[in-house]
Amino acid sequence: MGNKQTVFTHEQLEAYQDCTFFTRKEIMRLFYRYQDLAPQLVPLDYTSSPDVKVPYELISSMPELKDNPFRQRIAQVFSEDGDGHMTLDNFLDMFSVMSEMAPRDLKAYYAFKIYDFNNDGYICEWDLEQTVTKLTQGELSAEEVSLVCEKVLDEADGDHDGRLSLEDFQNMILRAPDFLSTFHIRI
Amino acid sequence: MSRQLKGRGEEGDRSGRRPSRKQAPRAEGATAGRRGAQPGQKERAGGSPRPGSPRRKQAERRRHGEELGEQGRSSTERTCEGRRKRDGRASLKEQRAPPKKEKEVPRKEEMWKRPKKHRSPSLASRASGVESLSEEELARILEQVEDKKKLIATMRNKPWPMAKKLRELREAQEFVEKYEGALGKGKGKRLYACRMLVAKKWVKFKRDFHNFKTQCIPWEMKIKDIESHFGSSVASYFIFLRWMYGVNLVLFGLIFGLVIIPEVLMGMPYGSIPRKTVPRAEEEKAMDFSVLWDFEGYIKYSALFYGYYNNQRTIGWLRYRLPMAYFMVGVSVFGYSLMIVIRSMASNTQGSASEGESANFTFSFKMFTSWDYLIGNSETADNKYASITTSFKESIVDEQESNKEENIHLTRFLRVLANFLIICCLCGSGYLIYFVVKRSQEFSKMQNVSWYERNEVEIVMSLLGMFCPPLFETIAALENYHPRIGLKWQLGRIFALFLGNLYTFLLALMDDVHLKLSNEETIKNITHWTLFNYYNASGWNESVPRPPLHPADVPRGSCWETAVGIEFMRLTVSDMLVTYITILLGDFLRACFVRFMNYCWCWDLEAGFPSYAEFDISGNVLGLIFNQGMIWMGSFYAPGLVGINVLRLLTSMYFQCWAVMSSNVPHERVFKASRSNNFYMGLLLLVLFLSLLPVAYTIMSLPPSFDCGPFSGKNRMYDVIQETIENDFPTFLGKIFAFLANPGLIIPAILLMFLAIYYLNSVSKSLSRANAQLRKKIQALREVEKSHKSVKGRTTVQDSEDTAKDTSKNATQLQLTKEGTTSHPASQNQTTDKKVQDPGTSSSASGTTLPASRHLSGARLTGVRPDSGPAQPQTHPWRSASGKSAQRPSH
Repeated sequence: MGNKQTVFTHEQLEAYQDCTFFTRKEIMRLFYRYQDLAPQLVPLDYTSSPDVKVPYELISSMPELKDNPFRQRIAQVFSEDGDGHMTLDNFLDMFSVMSEMAPRDLKAYYAFKIYDFNNDGYICEWDLEQTVTKLTQGELSAEEVSLVCEKVLDEADGDHDGRLSLEDFQNMILRAPDFLSTFHIRI
Repeated sequence: MSRQLKGRGEEGDRSGRRPSRKQAPRAEGATAGRRGAQPGQKERAGGSPRPGSPRRKQAERRRHGEELGEQGRSSTERTCEGRRKRDGRASLKEQRAPPKKEKEVPRKEEMWKRPKKHRSPSLASRASGVESLSEEELARILEQVEDKKKLIATMRNKPWPMAKKLRELREAQEFVEKYEGALGKGKGKRLYACRMLVAKKWVKFKRDFHNFKTQCIPWEMKIKDIESHFGSSVASYFIFLRWMYGVNLVLFGLIFGLVIIPEVLMGMPYGSIPRKTVPRAEEEKAMDFSVLWDFEGYIKYSALFYGYYNNQRTIGWLRYRLPMAYFMVGVSVFGYSLMIVIRSMASNTQGSASEGESANFTFSFKMFTSWDYLIGNSETADNKYASITTSFKESIVDEQESNKEENIHLTRFLRVLANFLIICCLCGSGYLIYFVVKRSQEFSKMQNVSWYERNEVEIVMSLLGMFCPPLFETIAALENYHPRIGLKWQLGRIFALFLGNLYTFLLALMDDVHLKLSNEETIKNITHWTLFNYYNASGWNESVPRPPLHPADVPRGSCWETAVGIEFMRLTVSDMLVTYITILLGDFLRACFVRFMNYCWCWDLEAGFPSYAEFDISGNVLGLIFNQGMIWMGSFYAPGLVGINVLRLLTSMYFQCWAVMSSNVPHERVFKASRSNNFYMGLLLLVLFLSLLPVAYTIMSLPPSFDCGPFSGKNRMYDVIQETIENDFPTFLGKIFAFLANPGLIIPAILLMFLAIYYLNSVSKSLSRANAQLRKKIQALREVEKSHKSVKGRTTVQDSEDTAKDTSKNATQLQLTKEGTTSHPASQNQTTDKKVQDPGTSSSASGTTLPASRHLSGARLTGVRPDSGPAQPQTHPWRSASGKSAQRPSH
């Protein structure tokens, strides 16, 4: 089986399988998807783990992401420097977290990071406003947006400090019936 | 909180490391960015005794290659650190320092280890290390090895970036490999190694098997395609269809492998006995397509139907007990279906949390879970945006005027009217079906009937199924329900319609069966007399034995079981055809018309009236469920039905996939799929139960036909079990069974079961009550905690007020208070007191509320929140300043 592909060594593949929720075949498929994004940039030999990054513009043009209002946040959260440029490892990481098999807690953790627009470790009102605006493409008026944000804080903010901590967020999201089914990207 | 800190600490650690690693090859640290720089500084400022030492270590590590550097460290030290790392990552700084002292010694080792592969050093060190280990060290290492193994197994669940995961994984694997062998002693060692080898192989096998298994799941890409175009709700139908296909495949395997194949291979061949032969009267037309299409002729007398099977106790050289197998397969079809439906329901409920709380989080759920990340199509995305916007607006309106009184009497009247109309529809459709079935029984006695008259029942049923749901929808418009509630009502009504139709059909069929049964006695006599006359007829040479009567000439009964099987078979096929034709006409032709006539039409067809069709999820799912109900009911009397159904599901998978992709548009209102998932499963379970009833009734209380089927000649079908027990089991077993079947034993058993159900029910109730109580307690605890925190938060808010007022000095002060409050919770009150006095007049009131009960502080905060003051003291300090000081005096 190892003869078929020379992109990764056998050990690398095993390690990736340990670290992600993918099977060998899926990892290879993901690699080729990654490689397709920038064929001239990404080498076909990863045995020496080259330091290659695919720029955000190419990542966000993937059909899986291009219509997602949070694509930039997703790319930023999973990229190493928060600039959206991704190495293969980041790429695998992203789709592993977004895969169907990933557990609720892991997904909730990353969802929190995605919705935390200013990276301050809390979802504050400004973050909420961003989220609503992105979700509705700015169709709601300012009062409506602030009303919604206020309501969300009212519902989910357990400690009444005016912002959602990771705990608040997990507490809320783990009860959401649709979270698992909608927070995943099939690839 | 702790997790968050952990994560941030890690990130800081990692990104703090990164620049140093990169500096050598790239000679530029600018890429590290501000995010990396800040934690790095913090780390250094945090008081590591030797600043810069982590950097040196990193550099060395880079030089030696990552894994050698890790391995070179004294192993116990390493693992201790590893464990501490896992336990509390927040205290990274203090852990940084110690390993360096031990660094020098192991590095020498490392020198000679480096050229070899990393398996050999571990062996070597294992050999040298074993003797020096004492008992408790051994135990400790064992524990660590277990820890590491657990870490390896759960590595994918860690919210770390990949590079870190890979590194940790490698470390853990090396550690395990190194110390695993050292654990066993003496003789046990080899055994231990052997066991480890087996375990490793087993893990590998499991992974390969998993790889194989996921490759075997069909239509993954097709469903993914649909999912990205239509969102998860439409895809959920196809996933359901696939699941159904799997279940049917298993049922098909059971029936085909245990009943049909043995009969075909080992049973008596076609034409050998009357039940396996087409009667003389039907012979010349038996191969016509029109006859075959109605499942008459040769098909009726084939292994697809009940009547074909012989009542021989054993067949073939295997002495296969076919009647017994037939009965058991019939039972196990239901058993398997019941098991699999309940299991999948249970796994669904496990995945979803309690649903009662969704009312508390309306807006939060809308905000954070309404976007479907699967959407990969701009049209769907637009629809989704629109639907999210509407749903937000709806909930805002709901929230604002939740207790607005509309004309309640009118609404009530309209609802009653609508329900009345719908009940009328249901009754009408039920009566229509009863009438049609009765008429068809008259038709079946007549000789030459037209095609329509023969298929009237199926046509009427399909038409009802096609036209009633839209009619219901129109009537439901009167009711003015919320769409989600409206959908539930609609589903319930369609369900009632289908169920009513199916049961009227069954009742009418039952009448027919009883009629046939009452005629059976006379036919039995006729058969006897015919045979008797044939063999005793005069004018035949007595010395020559007469050739037996040709099986086609033997008069025979009507075999009600086969008739029932044929009805179900026809119903299934016509249902399938109607579905396909509806898709073809309603969706595809409409799409073609809209698409191509749009060039030369007066108005915009695509946006205007006909438009494209939407995919009707609920209708399709219900159709599938009812189809399955028919299969369950019919499979006992027509073993071939499941085979037909497998074909149907297979074709409909491809056909519907194509139709959806080619001619449907995404929903305007996107329904939630996952929540209704268990709802559909519940319906399926109900249908399964309802289809079990008639089959059980016929098996238990109707006598089987005397001249067809595996149970002919018996009083009841289940006698086959008794017969097997009496003849094939030792007598004492028979006695035991007879004893077990005694009503005196069965009634207590049933009572016991009821008691058990009652007991379990009450236990689960009390558990859930305890659960709720615990949750309440947690909530209360959290609130207490929060109220403490909020006091603290308020002080920082006041700090930020300071910031607004007086920007020169407070940056450092803020830092200080923060550190003070976090590091000395005991002295918190003092600090806050001091802080409170700082801002002066505006906050003097709050000083009194400081040791506050959480009531006060909570009220205070809710009062304050609307102006977004405390929400982000750091980011928008200016916003809070004005609103705050205005509100403050009111408290």
